[in-house]
Order: sequence, then structure tokens, then C-alpha cells
Amino acid sequence: MKLLTCPMNGPRNIDEFQSFGPVRARPDPNETADREWSRHLFRAENRKGIVVEWWRHVPSNYFFLAERDLVSNEIIRTFDASEQRDRA
Amino acid sequence: MPLRLLKYGLSRDYPVSGDIPATPELKPAYDVVIIGGGGHGLSCAHHLAKYHGIKSVAVLEKGYLAGGNTARNTTTIRSNYITPEGIAFYKEGVELFERLSQELDFNVMFSQRGQLTLAHSEATIRSFHMRAEMGKHMGTRTEVVDQKGVEELCPLLNMDYGGPLEILGGLWHADGGTARHDAVAWGYAAQASRRGVEIHQRTEVQGFEVVGERVQAVRTNRGRVTCGQVLIATGGMNYDVALMAGVELPIRCYPLQAMVTQPLKPWLNTLVSSVSLHTYLVQSSRGEVVIGGGSDPYQLYSTRSTLDMKEHLAEGALHLFPFLQGVRLLRQWAGITDMTPDYSPIMGASPLANLWLDCGWGTWGFKATPVAGKRMAQTIADGRVPDILKPFALERFETFRLLNEMGATAASH
Repeated sequence: MKLLTCPMNGPRNIDEFQSFGPVRARPDPNETADREWSRHLFRAENRKGIVVEWWRHVPSNYFFLAERDLVSNEIIRTFDASEQRDRA
Repeated sequence: MPLRLLKYGLSRDYPVSGDIPATPELKPAYDVVIIGGGGHGLSCAHHLAKYHGIKSVAVLEKGYLAGGNTARNTTTIRSNYITPEGIAFYKEGVELFERLSQELDFNVMFSQRGQLTLAHSEATIRSFHMRAEMGKHMGTRTEVVDQKGVEELCPLLNMDYGGPLEILGGLWHADGGTARHDAVAWGYAAQASRRGVEIHQRTEVQGFEVVGERVQAVRTNRGRVTCGQVLIATGGMNYDVALMAGVELPIRCYPLQAMVTQPLKPWLNTLVSSVSLHTYLVQSSRGEVVIGGGSDPYQLYSTRSTLDMKEHLAEGALHLFPFLQGVRLLRQWAGITDMTPDYSPIMGASPLANLWLDCGWGTWGFKATPVAGKRMAQTIADGRVPDILKPFALERFETFRLLNEMGATAASH
């Protein structure tokens, strides 16, 4: 059993969580051509290395962010999405 | 008897057929460099040498021959997809498998025993009707069968009458089958090397030298190779390899897990798969029951196995065939699948003029080993993409002309 530490619920079985894939910047709809839209829709981060992704704790329906290594599967840290927003 | 055997062994009429030749010295240049010594790359090499007279071909393989997803897939061969473009392509793939042992002079143990996909809901039955009608329209043998039909095709199935996962019907695909994956790769490798193709094992591509719009050379751990044309056919590493050439593919990598039981007497005639249980079973010619279909629920570059996923597969298999309860698992493994957004592969041109793609094979690549090799060889030889491959172009994502095969892909996505 792999554990994922939810910022709200603490360490839980990773089966309780759902992955929503890497975070991507939202393009400005007024400034974005079709080509960039397709990129936004279909290309997610897949480089070997550390990725920031959306996760959801399913029973509590809480969405948060996690930094995870795509090769070792190590979860480096998890944090509330507001942290990312405040930084940006 | 042993004496007669010995006579055969020593007779000149029955020479020992050579295995795959040892890795030769790497030459400084080849007309075609194929990256990836799996089924697809070897099939392309064979077709280039045999049908297009292109013999200056090097297949570069990081590990050992056919040790990646060619060795790890669950050997399902079928053409019961949804889109006309998809069905036309996979149909040609099945037809090539029907003749493959003759083509390669090597027994690939193709067994066209049919594939039965089970429906546990009315919604699935409706989607099966669509697949069956598309399949018939495109000239494949695909039909919807009711409960009685399922029982006749696979009498040992637990129909779960009245239960939560009652089998309401199925999609019967008589063209479906299975073959020995290693033999397919070895057969292609033997044929290709007999015609002069060089197979370089333990040769890792580490970078591309791109000049203008062309790949001028490929850098490997054994030296630099200049190349006329380059094909990327590296399975789970496609994203990584293409990125080295500056091409970012719409691919995300997920492990796919599978396992086999100890050998049993033959009892399962068809390939059986369940959409709702995310499980499929096939009995190999050795008697082992291959149980597959467990895609990990998040991205990862790893071939590790997890107990969760094996339990999930076992649960599905036991639901369909409860008498398997005492049977032991013999082996379990995982492969890295390069998943595309629309569950169709990416074949054809790349943004670079002489770099060709045979990528995005996700969980569905083995069945296309002959046809992808044949058509990619044609593409490389002619320098242009044949009509049958055009719908699979990388540009389809920019033009929003996706080929959605999600519903026809039995793995658990």
C-alpha cells in the first residue's frame, strides 16, 4: 500500500485519491490561436523528473497539489492549491 | 530414435539455422536508422529489406532484442475498433498475421480463436452494436451475441444471472486471435538480418544532430551514425526519444500490468475480456492463463508491479471464472505504455523532414506489429505517407481531427 499525505486528511492509502494530471497554465482565450489550444488540451508534462500535479481525495472531494517524481514515484510534497496561487 | 535424431542433427540437408547474428561494429553511416529493436522496428526493417530493396539499415536497441513492450504485451490480435480509419488499418494487421508464419518461415503460433468482449450493462450493449455495425461495414467479422450466444462461445463463464455483474451479452469478433510475441520479433529479426539489416543490441541513442529541418546524425553510446532516414519506434520511450530530437509528442506514460497463472490443461478457447471489470484473459499455447489490462491510475516511468493492481486483476478473473481460485500465479510484470489522448497511434511524418514516427502505441501495439512495419517501411521508402496512415498523423491534434478509440481499447482507461 502506497501512502499519499493529503494536506487536509493526513496520510491515506493512495487508492483513496484520484490523479488529475500535471498542472498546466490556462491560456488566455482571447489571445490564443488553435495551435496553442491544441497544445494546452493534448500535451501534458511527461518528462522524466519531478512534476506538479492535481490530486483529489475522493471521499472528501478535496483537490490539492503534489510534487512527484515520474521515475521513482516518490511523492516529494503535497500542498494546498492556494500556496501555488499565492506564489504566482 | 536417438540415433535417427543424431542423423538429422549432423545431416547437411538440415543445417542449423542461424540465430540472430551478434551485434556487428557500428558503421559511420546507414541509409535508414531504426531506433528501437522491438517488434515494430524489426518489422519495418524486414519490410524495407524485402520489399523496398533498402538494405543499409541499422536497428538500434538500447537493451536486448524485443525486451520491452514486445515481451510484455498480452498478445491480443483484433480489429474490432470504432473508427473506419482505425478498423481499416487494424484489419490489414490481422490479415498480415494470418499469413505471418509463411512470410517469416517461422512459426509465430498464430491462433485465430476469436475474441469475446463481455457487456454487463445495456449501455455497453449499445456501444457493441455500433462497433459491430462499423466492423461489418468495413468487412470484418464482428457481431453482437446475446446471453445464450455467450454461453455457447464460452461455456465455463460465470454468467452471474441476477447478480450485479450479470453478463447481458457480448461482442464476438471471429477475426480475433493471439500469437507468440517473441516469435514474431525473432522471425522479423532473422529475416531482416538475413537480408543485410544490422541489429545493434545494447546500443543506446543519446541524442540527435539536427541541421535545419533534417536529422543529420544520431549519437549513440557506441559512436555517431549519420543517417538518411530515421524511424522512432521505441514503445514506452517514444516521448523521451522524440524529445531529444526536439519533437514534443502528445504522450503520457503509464505502466500497464499483467500476469500469468501456472499452466493448465486447455480450457479457454477464446480470448475473453470484460469492459467493466477491466480484465481480459487468454490461455497461451503453453496452458498458462494470461491475465491483463491493469493500467496504473497515474503517470509513471516504471515497470514495477503493485499488489493493488494484481489483486484487481485477480478479482476480475475470479469473477468471470471462479474455479480459478486455487490456481497459482507464475509470473507478473509491467510495461510502460505511451498513451495518446485519443487512444490511436501516431504514425507518419514529424516536424523534421527525415524523421518518421511509429509512436503512441499505448496498450494496443502488438497487433499492429506487421502492418505498422509494412506501412512505415513504405513511408520511408517512398518519402511520403500512404493514405491508410494519413489519419494517424501527428498534425491531427492541431487540426482537432482526433481518432477516438477509447471505447474500443480494452485496457482500463
